[in-house]
Amino acid sequence: MEYILLIISAIFVNNIVLSQFLGICPFLGVSNKVSTAMGMSAAVLFVIVLATIVTYLIHVYVLMALHIEYMQTITFILVIAALVQMVEIILKKVSPSLYQALGIFLPLITTNCAVLGVAILVFKKNYMLFEGVIFAGATAIGFGLALVIFAGIREHLDMMAIPKGMKGIPISLITAGILAMAFMGFSGLV
Amino acid sequence: MSQIKHFTKGFFKENPILVLILGTCPTLATTSSAINGIGMGLATTFVLIGSNVVISLIAKLIPDKVRIPAYVVVIATFVTIVDLLMQAYVPSLYKQLGIFIPLIVVNCIVLGRAEAFANKNKVLPSFFDGLGMGLGFAMALGILGSIRELLGAGSIMSIKLIEGDGMLVFILAPGAFIALGYLIAIINRLRKA
Repeated sequence: MEYILLIISAIFVNNIVLSQFLGICPFLGVSNKVSTAMGMSAAVLFVIVLATIVTYLIHVYVLMALHIEYMQTITFILVIAALVQMVEIILKKVSPSLYQALGIFLPLITTNCAVLGVAILVFKKNYMLFEGVIFAGATAIGFGLALVIFAGIREHLDMMAIPKGMKGIPISLITAGILAMAFMGFSGLV
Repeated sequence: MSQIKHFTKGFFKENPILVLILGTCPTLATTSSAINGIGMGLATTFVLIGSNVVISLIAKLIPDKVRIPAYVVVIATFVTIVDLLMQAYVPSLYKQLGIFIPLIVVNCIVLGRAEAFANKNKVLPSFFDGLGMGLGFAMALGILGSIRELLGAGSIMSIKLIEGDGMLVFILAPGAFIALGYLIAIINRLRKA
């Protein structure tokens, strides 16, 4: 039950994009088509879960063991960057088809603040490893959900007559605002 | 003379938020009030100046292939300094900004300036570039924070200007997206006119 609440809360109530404001860059950047949005979401899910496990272990067994917790930011960002690179190389060798689907999104993920954000949030919220992994997975699903819905809206938006100054980023932001309002409807849920 | 140009371009011509649309996450997340926005802006300014200066000094020593990780380490160092300083001296603001202080490290503005400016310029221009870009960022955050605070709570910098409660939605998440959307639309219109 506890885990179900955790999952619902991370996907809907505290949606990472629409209420935590993490990962806005890919949210605005790769949401032109539903198919690219799906690819990006899958890549993010994969990296976030992996990064959370690795950073958790490093934090507990290296940083805390040596009493250098203040090195958290530096260590985490380097670990994530290295991890993304490694995933890219491994995927290329092991599963070329998966690499084709996710490959172009992987380099973009290093600068996705959602990955580092979730890694840090796991410690801010004092989760254990298992809870942290569930939290990370659910958060990534929430990211994917918001991204795919938003991409669907934007596909339709392209066909509309929009005032000149509003084209591109402004109308996307306002659409995201309305979507965020819709997600606020979940706020009483948990 | 040219230093002034490096300094001022961050405010209007190349304002990181309003024109280049970089660093949207902290922009949306920390502007629930004017003071939070400006605090975040100043923290980012410090990191920008520090990383720009150091990177312009060591750019020639770093092999080209590992430059991005090297820049990230420099940036993360300054982020850690800001993190510890704010935790010690402005704990209430630190608590409000929360996770977005360590996340300055993935703010694209900082790495963007390192890559686009600091690694091919001398120390002094890099310093002014960082200062201008940082203050431009802080200014945009201050403006957005003021708009949201005014509409949402009827005050700016906690000074009550309008009686009543205001529209709460502008303090909450949707208001952030909508306010920034309209702000950029207005800037677009002004730039084309």
